[in-house]
Amino acid sequence: MTKSNKLFTILIPIISVLLGLIAGAIIMLISGYNPILGYTALWNGAFGDAFTMGETVRRITPLLLTGLAVAFAFRTGLFNIGAEGQVIVGWLAAVWVGLAIDAPMIIHLPLAILASLAAGALWGFIPGLLKAKLGVHEVIVTIMMNYIALYSVNEIIRNVLTEQETTTDAISPSASLASEWLQGLTYFSRMHYGILIALFAAVTMWFIIQRTTIGYELKAVGFNQHASKYAGMNVSKNIILSMVISGAFAGLAGAMEGLGTYGTISIMSGFTNLGFDGIAVALLGANNAFGVILAAILFGVLKEGAGQMPTGAGVPTELVDIIIALIIFFVASSYIIRWILLRFKKEGK
Amino acid sequence: MRKNKFILLFALLLSLGLILAACGGGGSESESESEASGNEGDSEESSTDFSAAMVTDIGGVDDKSFNQSSWEGLKAWGEEHGLSKGNGIDYAQSNDKADYIPNLNRLIRDEYDLIFGIGFELKEDLQKVADQYPDTYFALVDDTIEADNGVSITFKEHQGSFLVGVAAALKTNTNKLGFVGGIDSPLINKFESGFIAGAKSVNPDIEIEVEYAESFGDAAKGKIIASNMYNNDIDIIYHASGGTGNGVFNEAKDLKQNDPDREIWVIGVDRDQHEEGQIGDHNVTLTSMVKRVDVAVQDVSNQTMNGEFPSGEVLEFGLEEEAISFATTNEEAMTDDIVSEVEEWQEKIASGEVEVPQTREETEAFVDGL
Repeated sequence: MTKSNKLFTILIPIISVLLGLIAGAIIMLISGYNPILGYTALWNGAFGDAFTMGETVRRITPLLLTGLAVAFAFRTGLFNIGAEGQVIVGWLAAVWVGLAIDAPMIIHLPLAILASLAAGALWGFIPGLLKAKLGVHEVIVTIMMNYIALYSVNEIIRNVLTEQETTTDAISPSASLASEWLQGLTYFSRMHYGILIALFAAVTMWFIIQRTTIGYELKAVGFNQHASKYAGMNVSKNIILSMVISGAFAGLAGAMEGLGTYGTISIMSGFTNLGFDGIAVALLGANNAFGVILAAILFGVLKEGAGQMPTGAGVPTELVDIIIALIIFFVASSYIIRWILLRFKKEGK
Repeated sequence: MRKNKFILLFALLLSLGLILAACGGGGSESESESEASGNEGDSEESSTDFSAAMVTDIGGVDDKSFNQSSWEGLKAWGEEHGLSKGNGIDYAQSNDKADYIPNLNRLIRDEYDLIFGIGFELKEDLQKVADQYPDTYFALVDDTIEADNGVSITFKEHQGSFLVGVAAALKTNTNKLGFVGGIDSPLINKFESGFIAGAKSVNPDIEIEVEYAESFGDAAKGKIIASNMYNNDIDIIYHASGGTGNGVFNEAKDLKQNDPDREIWVIGVDRDQHEEGQIGDHNVTLTSMVKRVDVAVQDVSNQTMNGEFPSGEVLEFGLEEEAISFATTNEEAMTDDIVSEVEEWQEKIASGEVEVPQTREETEAFVDGL
């Protein structure tokens, strides 16, 4: 039974992705587009040449981290919708340190990254604390924290970091993750070293969850709070810890944008959507660190490739959003797929 | 039996997706149409091998505002020279700030000679790309870039805002006006400053409430702000907020529908937003501050094609170039008296008698000097 369960957790996302792509092709066909041309354009948009490959990697990086953030909280039974706000404060903190401090790279860069971790962790700590001590539902608090982050950060950019400008100055090179070598390799794409940090973060998550006592307790709280309490675990502490670590991952995603992709922070007229996309990544990745890596790659490729579809095949970019939505739908309705698989299996016997 | 259920579900899902696709179908259909006409263009043989394209900001090409206006300009220029979408002219739509660089690079790889970046949000990205690709010409609308292969297209929005401010001051019954801005930024401050200066020039006692929605795409927020303003006796709202302004229009139309005798107005921005204000037999659009991005786009395209690219210059389009004006489509509301008075002020600005302020500090000085 456990063996077939494991098989299902791997099979269901794959089948969902295939179904999503097939459904997308049918929709293209009925709307009068050529699905083969459409998917070719999508492929070229993501892997067509060195530049697009670099950009695809760049797009995967923050998605991977927000995916980890949401997945980590999920393991403790918490739904961290606040990844969005945590990304924004992490972004701000990283750029702030990048602008304000003058230090050699070996100190400056880690300091900027630590600042983003701390900012994201703080943004996760508040909902965690409220949930643990007062029982306030984390979904509500994190949604509100998103808006607090968005508007406060805009105000800080306008009045503290600049004088009524919309974008800050570029951070000093000693805090930058961007690399001329990688850019030269990929015809000026914005690919940066952040992908290594993101992959390292994924390994860290796997290690915490699978190989430490802390991880064991976090998972236990996720399975059953009351049983964990009865077993002598401190449920409140674990809830707060989970949100703090989750927030730190999301804050790190902000640092990827601030230190790697842009090197600045601009006034945002709306959410970055990195945090919300992270929810989808976590779902598709089955809240597992390595699943999240694969899901982030898939979403990064789809989103980057989508840009090529209108110019390459005349297909509107929104189609990719529909495909992603369908994939998520199939994952969420995994029960149906599981049931069908079981049925086929029985017939096979 | 159960299997059938699954197939049914799958079919339902598909149809749902289709409905969604159909909702967006309007745009895509016209796209394929224009592509079809593109093939005709091919056979006609275009009169030039010069090509131009644009990258929209996140408003998108159908924002009923300046992205749309730019594309209309590019299309009109293309028609003049036998070019059509995908064949000499094109646009790349950005859904996200992160899309700007890939979109710009896509158009560079497709070897367009001149690439427009629409909106100040593209400033940093366009600057970067212009330095990397010195053989392609770039033009930025609404902000400035510094490069030999770049040109900056800016508008004297404060002049137009001044004129609609005059119109609002003449029209108001309550002596209270509202301004709804998109994002608090130097660009939108120009609209705010001109509007305040214009209104106060007519009547220094007029009160003007200024609110920023912090978004160019949040219609719900626009509606809430407008609702508060209209409740506070404000009877005319000038919006410079892109899609957020649609909420302002909706609120005004709702109020007008419930109470047709109530005199409330909205002043549109960028394009003549007369259509947006239509409700039954009434129209709540008093006038619009019209910014002819299309004129500027056509102008720069022609100059570049003729080998006269205004290298590194900052072009300013204003009243003189007829790139800034006010709309008089609502003849009932914009009476001849108002129009003639606004035209008087227009001449004063053109002759340099009135220097319209562009920032909050300048506005304070201007108002103190009245």
